[in-house]
Amino acid sequence: MVIYLTKRLLAVIPIILFAIFLMFLLIRLSPVDPAEAYLAAANIHPTEELLAEKRQEFGLDQPLIVQYFQTVKKIVLLDFGNSYVTNSPVWQEVAARMPATIQLAVSSILLSIIVSIPLGFLSAVYKNSLIDHFSRLLSYLGASVPQFWLGYILIFFFSVKLDLFPVEGRGTWQHFVLPSLTLSLALIAIYTRLLRASVLEELEEVYVLYARTRGVKEKAIMVKHVLRIAISPMLTGLGMNLGKLLTGTIIVEQVFSWPGFGRFFIEAIFNRDIPVIQSYVVLAACLFIVCNLIVDIVQLYLDPRISWKGRTEY
Amino acid sequence: MEGKDRILISSIRNGTKSKWAIVICSVILLVFFLVSILAPWIAPHDPIQVNLALKLSPPSWEYPLGTDHLGRCNLSRLLYGARISLGFASLIFVASLGVGLLVGTIAGYRGGWIDLFLMRFCDGVMAFPNLVLVLGIVGLLGPGLWQVVLALMMVQWVYYARMIRGMVVSMKEQNFITAARISGSSTGKIIRRHMIPNVLPPIMVMGTLEMGWAIMDISALSFLGLGIQPPTPEWGTMIQEGKNFIRNQPELMLYPGLMILFVVISFNVLGESLSERYGVKRRY
Repeated sequence: MVIYLTKRLLAVIPIILFAIFLMFLLIRLSPVDPAEAYLAAANIHPTEELLAEKRQEFGLDQPLIVQYFQTVKKIVLLDFGNSYVTNSPVWQEVAARMPATIQLAVSSILLSIIVSIPLGFLSAVYKNSLIDHFSRLLSYLGASVPQFWLGYILIFFFSVKLDLFPVEGRGTWQHFVLPSLTLSLALIAIYTRLLRASVLEELEEVYVLYARTRGVKEKAIMVKHVLRIAISPMLTGLGMNLGKLLTGTIIVEQVFSWPGFGRFFIEAIFNRDIPVIQSYVVLAACLFIVCNLIVDIVQLYLDPRISWKGRTEY
Repeated sequence: MEGKDRILISSIRNGTKSKWAIVICSVILLVFFLVSILAPWIAPHDPIQVNLALKLSPPSWEYPLGTDHLGRCNLSRLLYGARISLGFASLIFVASLGVGLLVGTIAGYRGGWIDLFLMRFCDGVMAFPNLVLVLGIVGLLGPGLWQVVLALMMVQWVYYARMIRGMVVSMKEQNFITAARISGSSTGKIIRRHMIPNVLPPIMVMGTLEMGWAIMDISALSFLGLGIQPPTPEWGTMIQEGKNFIRNQPELMLYPGLMILFVVISFNVLGESLSERYGVKRRY
């Protein structure tokens, strides 16, 4: 197990290095000169001396390979430089906004799990019943509805018409309802389908038949055997759809004026605040990779058929 | 990462249900494509013609769906919006398919270190959540329609390349390719005449699903103000503008959203029915 974990952890390093490399490459390829962007964002009139000074400060006069390793070194130390706009360290700005985004993400994941496990499970057990049709309709809708539009539709019904929940901001639990609902519908759509498919697959397995012949109660078979294993693909889906959740938070934060990292990122794009853009993309990639790793490890505990050894080849 | 892109072409299953879904969705999409091509002829008004005297007017014979806050004809804007969404989604699809075909066949057919290098590169791009990378690219290139198209393309081709490479590798060992090689066909001819025709059908199925995503992404980026800039009529931008009138005229943001929903759902149902019917595994 230790070997497996070390191997997986070591495999993460080149991916993260590559992610930083890609970002580095993009910044160099983009027509924007960081020194110019800095002066523009700080409202300083660019002169030749100032530009040269800034280029030296950002290390732009050094060979590319040196620049790359310096970028890597800084990022490992969580130093993303200073924001061009606020002039304070990006990491501080990020750390201040992170909790709001994480709360939103966690509450939507929880909501989507609470809804999709029973829905996906029941629609597989009662295949082609009313609940199955309902879940199919819901997942088609969830996969195809633009999130920003859904957000406004919810605002229209629950805030404007019924006046149940606040339109924007953050504070009480009521503030969480509409943003989480908006975010989780797309996730519910995916997880329900994934779980339904895998439950249907598991029901065909021999161990289910064996348990039935042994006279194990149907309820026990379903919960203790089938659900426990069938949940595994859903977990993979959870990791793989983290990206959807992340971009979802950007949009939902914009719709509900939620003071999180996503909104900060969009502001940064308009201000050409390169350090902030870089920090968001790199952090998102790291988060994505790490969460997928965690999901894989959790799966090992849930499904006894996957051996620690068998997976080292990954 | 393996397995996600592996394609299983199993025996063709026939279900009458999926057949009907395919027919209905194809017809709907065909209508949308026709509308987007014929928009200049069927739209009752110029979509960017401002007429402040008529702002926010209710539906009438002249303006069947009313007008927006600048007195522009809603129906015309919606029709022209189809043009942008479908047109650019198709462009992204064709362009990323082209790059994917090139990279995928080279990697799959050549193998060796070229394959290794190209596929590691793809893995690296896939390590990013899709839209986050798109936003990063748009952020660095600056907001604008072409930047969005370029960014979406730069991210999408990877999935095609991965899928095509997998198919080419498994096809390379099959007898009909060996036969072609023995009978003296050149590499170029083998790829053009034997591999690409076999690769395309499952790729088209995947492309149908990707079209839906592309339309959603274009509208989402435009909504954020990063894509299509006003006054160009685009569904995402229309929602962004219409949301300010949510209290009095919610239909301003309702219509464009319904259009997106309708088109994307058609692409999704079509893609899923096709993949079910022809046994192509989709990516989540």
